[in-house]
Amino acid sequence: MEDPAASEGDRLANQRSTRLEHLSSIRPKLVAFARMHLRDSAMAEDAVQEALMAAIEKDATFAGRSGYDTWVFGILKYKILDIMRYQKRQGRLQPLDDEESDEVIDRQFRKNGRWEARSRPASWGDPDAVVESQHFWKVFDACMIALPENTARVFSLRELMGLSTEEICRLLEIRENNCWVILHRARLRLRQCIEKGWLEGETS
Amino acid sequence: MMMCKEATRLMSLKHERNLTLQERVSLRFHLSMCGACRQCDRQFTLLREACRRYGSDHRVDHEDDGR
Repeated sequence: MEDPAASEGDRLANQRSTRLEHLSSIRPKLVAFARMHLRDSAMAEDAVQEALMAAIEKDATFAGRSGYDTWVFGILKYKILDIMRYQKRQGRLQPLDDEESDEVIDRQFRKNGRWEARSRPASWGDPDAVVESQHFWKVFDACMIALPENTARVFSLRELMGLSTEEICRLLEIRENNCWVILHRARLRLRQCIEKGWLEGETS
Repeated sequence: MMMCKEATRLMSLKHERNLTLQERVSLRFHLSMCGACRQCDRQFTLLREACRRYGSDHRVDHEDDGR
């Protein structure tokens, strides 16, 4: 007897293998993202593995091709937050030492509070062109990795995970004011680092 | 008179909470006179926008940056 389910099965298998291929192509992006938050390669790999498995399992809940990466990143974000909450319960999420002055930032300014000549921000050109550029994202990732651990964690929770500062304060047990100080430093460091990498790459 | 370092603090803070009237006025005054800080202000805004797009499949969804 001819089985109509067989061709349907083939079709699904085909779709599935396309999606698997796509998932493996964005895997490096996902791992880089997870590493940024967890600062541990093995844990980042685990988080991504779980997210990929969940993405495959929950495939039916994703309707349509557009925004697929965003959907997968959404799953990964939950996994990362789960791990961070777990780390917190285990007391393994390091408390933040944040009150010290930051020399890297201090060196960007003169004693009187004005920009040092070599740190003065320059134009990055058209913002839309910037964020469309592959080179920009490479520089961005490298600069995120170069941030001090605590700074990177707060910044990425705020900006990449989209947590409110209130939620971050609860998770990391810091005061909101500290959070603001850390975010300010993160932006100044990133700004400087990205500018260096971005403008250099443009001329080379 | 507010200096650049303090101005950058407000440029960052405005992405976290509404600035007070006094903060807004001092920042605006400083920016009107300081080209380097105007660049910095744009870059902070671009960072926010870039992070929002991180991981998305490069959809071009132009939204106002609210400024």
